[in-house]
Amino acid sequence: MFENLTEKLQRSFKNLRGQGSLTEKHVEEGLREIRLALLEADVNFKVVKQLVANIRKKALGREVLTALSPAEQILKIVRDELVGLLGTKQARLKRKSPPPSVYFMVGLQGSGKTTSSGKLALWLSKQGRKPLLVSVDVHRPAAREQLAIVASQIAQPIYRGAETESSPVNLALGALREARQTGRDTVLVDTAGRLHLDSELMGELEELRDRLGPSEILFVADAMTGQDAVKSAAEFHARISLTGVVLTKMDGDARGGAALSIRQVTGCPVKFLGVGEKPSAFEVFHPDRIVSRLLGMGDMLSLIEKVEEQIDQKQATELQRRVLKNRFTLEDFRKQLQQVRKMGSLKSIVDMLPAAGPFKQIQATDVDSKELSRTEAIISSMTAKERANDSLLNGSRRRRIAAGSGTTVQQVNQVLKQYRQACAMMRGMVPGSKPVRRRRRRRKKRKRGRRRASRSHRIARGRGR
Amino acid sequence: MRAGRDSAAQRIDIIEGRDSPHPTMQTLFDAPLKEPGLFGRFRKAVSKTRKALSGQIGEILEGPRKIDPEVLEDLEMTLIGADIGVRTTDEILDGVRRKLARDQLCDASAVRDLISRRMLEILDRASGAAGDGTPRKALEVILVVGVNGVGKTTTIGKLARHLKAQGRAVLLCAADTFRAAAAEQLAIWGDRAGCPVVRQRPGADPSAVLYDALQAAKARGHDTVIVDTAGRLHNKAGLMAELEKIRRTAGRLVPGAPHQVLLVMDAVTGQNGLEQARQFTSTAGVTGLVLAKLDGTAKGGIVVAIARELGLPIRWVGVGEKPDDLVAFDSETFVRSLFATQAPA
Repeated sequence: MFENLTEKLQRSFKNLRGQGSLTEKHVEEGLREIRLALLEADVNFKVVKQLVANIRKKALGREVLTALSPAEQILKIVRDELVGLLGTKQARLKRKSPPPSVYFMVGLQGSGKTTSSGKLALWLSKQGRKPLLVSVDVHRPAAREQLAIVASQIAQPIYRGAETESSPVNLALGALREARQTGRDTVLVDTAGRLHLDSELMGELEELRDRLGPSEILFVADAMTGQDAVKSAAEFHARISLTGVVLTKMDGDARGGAALSIRQVTGCPVKFLGVGEKPSAFEVFHPDRIVSRLLGMGDMLSLIEKVEEQIDQKQATELQRRVLKNRFTLEDFRKQLQQVRKMGSLKSIVDMLPAAGPFKQIQATDVDSKELSRTEAIISSMTAKERANDSLLNGSRRRRIAAGSGTTVQQVNQVLKQYRQACAMMRGMVPGSKPVRRRRRRRKKRKRGRRRASRSHRIARGRGR
Repeated sequence: MRAGRDSAAQRIDIIEGRDSPHPTMQTLFDAPLKEPGLFGRFRKAVSKTRKALSGQIGEILEGPRKIDPEVLEDLEMTLIGADIGVRTTDEILDGVRRKLARDQLCDASAVRDLISRRMLEILDRASGAAGDGTPRKALEVILVVGVNGVGKTTTIGKLARHLKAQGRAVLLCAADTFRAAAAEQLAIWGDRAGCPVVRQRPGADPSAVLYDALQAAKARGHDTVIVDTAGRLHNKAGLMAELEKIRRTAGRLVPGAPHQVLLVMDAVTGQNGLEQARQFTSTAGVTGLVLAKLDGTAKGGIVVAIARELGLPIRWVGVGEKPDDLVAFDSETFVRSLFATQAPA
């Protein structure tokens, strides 16, 4: 959300160093940037006004600490304020006993209710729960068909009901009955998209709520929503009392300021994020982490979790063993590349790194996913023997590989170079293996140290004289 | 304003006016219009926007209040609240500020006139640049693109019906082979409009579907093909490349195709809409916008920013879920309805 806010603030506060406290003038300058950034991020202007006022109150008269730069101090205040607004704890889904619990997915047209219903069902089943899907969208053409296809894609059961059934309440009640009979513990009701102004359709939702008593009513909102987010969310909340928010299309480049607005007007926590077109692209919302990401501090925790999730532990240990034995082959190199690719686009990983510090360079260079697939193609064009022993690769073999993978000999050479560098790096990383290079460097250091020591000796002796 | 602790009163404050829906609008527009024409329905749709915007601007600009910095700030917030964006708002208000400095603006109505003139200028410059009167082709290909869930398929259904009513032989092409049941949805709209739909199995190459559709159109003597594409986020390079391929395929089979590329945008879209328009224009060569779902409370002001920065004209406006709920965009009506304090005649 604040791509450059950190940098902008640092610029505005550059002249501030050495002064005793944050004066009004300095704070105002920073607040202008903050206000602009929030508005550009589609945070509702009234919410922005309140946020800025709160930040101003807290920032004024603060003593400039020596440990933190003024920009950092303001950023910390902004961060605390946003975390305070979004909540610090991750929200949980309520359950009803005895089961089944009923969850509603509601929202405007095209916000992503059906896709999110499928994703939530998959997520619940991974948590060991047994969801049953049902679409009560009798309005939009082929809407029920769509959920049925989604359900079969994720291999979760769906209650279809009669093709001609035109009552949402009957469909939902039918699903509830079936859930009881078949031992499903959660009924996910995908409702029709509707405008908050449409009192007839809003009445339909009220009736659904009264008849089914849902434990959760999740408002599905598009991350690209602008200033209007507050109106629709508030109206839905006033009519049927929302319990949470699912923010969809977060894989776009929208800054998602709507999350702040909706949270502020409804008081409902954002519970999930939709982050891609695949059914598994669904994440639990961590307020504190997202704020850090927004402020350009990176989301290392999410990244670590993602890596842990995707990297096969067994494969990793096997790899370590092979590296130790100095038998990290091109085949292993390829497997590694494939694992990296499984984690999603490199861009999405890079986005989780902090935009400052050692990672700044990475952000600037556009990470090329094509490079990865090219490397894979080159390795795939080698024979099994070549992959096991790279010293076999003479000029003619390299020409063959280049032709087979649609690349050039130079590119093949480059991959080999990368592979050899990776080998060297690995040897250095795996505990228990003695890297050749480092030992050499250490020896050098020792020599230098010895020389230095003797020099100081000389000096000391000289003084002593 | 810590989470969970904010009082109900504070929350309501942010959404003031929620409890007073649109009685004014009802009397202003609904009653006298027995058979709403295109403009009538357009006006009806934007009247909600009008109500919200001009209600506020009226409030700001009427009464004994002097035009002072506070009024300007309120105006700024009102325009930003309509999703017009900070930069476009600044540009519009700069003119006001300049004239104020020279004492050329004496009262509220002058300020309102100036603002609406500026917006009209921006919108008209865009539609003028695009050249509206393109001659009819033997076979016109209209490509419809946009991010996920903005209303592409619904817009196509309505557009097909509209063109059919003008006597054109329309063929629909279901090139959204990705989303579940997208082709089924288009088929239902095709049925309603009485237009045949060319489709293939889910997961097929969209360009292949388009190839089929164009061959079919030539063979069966259709003069218009509307192509439904899968929704895609504009920052996904692979999907945008797919769109380029669709475009190339069309151009190979029909010279000059696609003749129109319509970018559908949800009226609730915020500042991200600008980036959407930018990306889709650079890869798919967007020629015009369709502003969908303008029947809500969203104001769709982002199209003003898009018209200003990219010069893209707005062609159509979606105002509901019924087959007839698509109307031609008219900048004067749009702006006049935004700012009129009295009902237009």
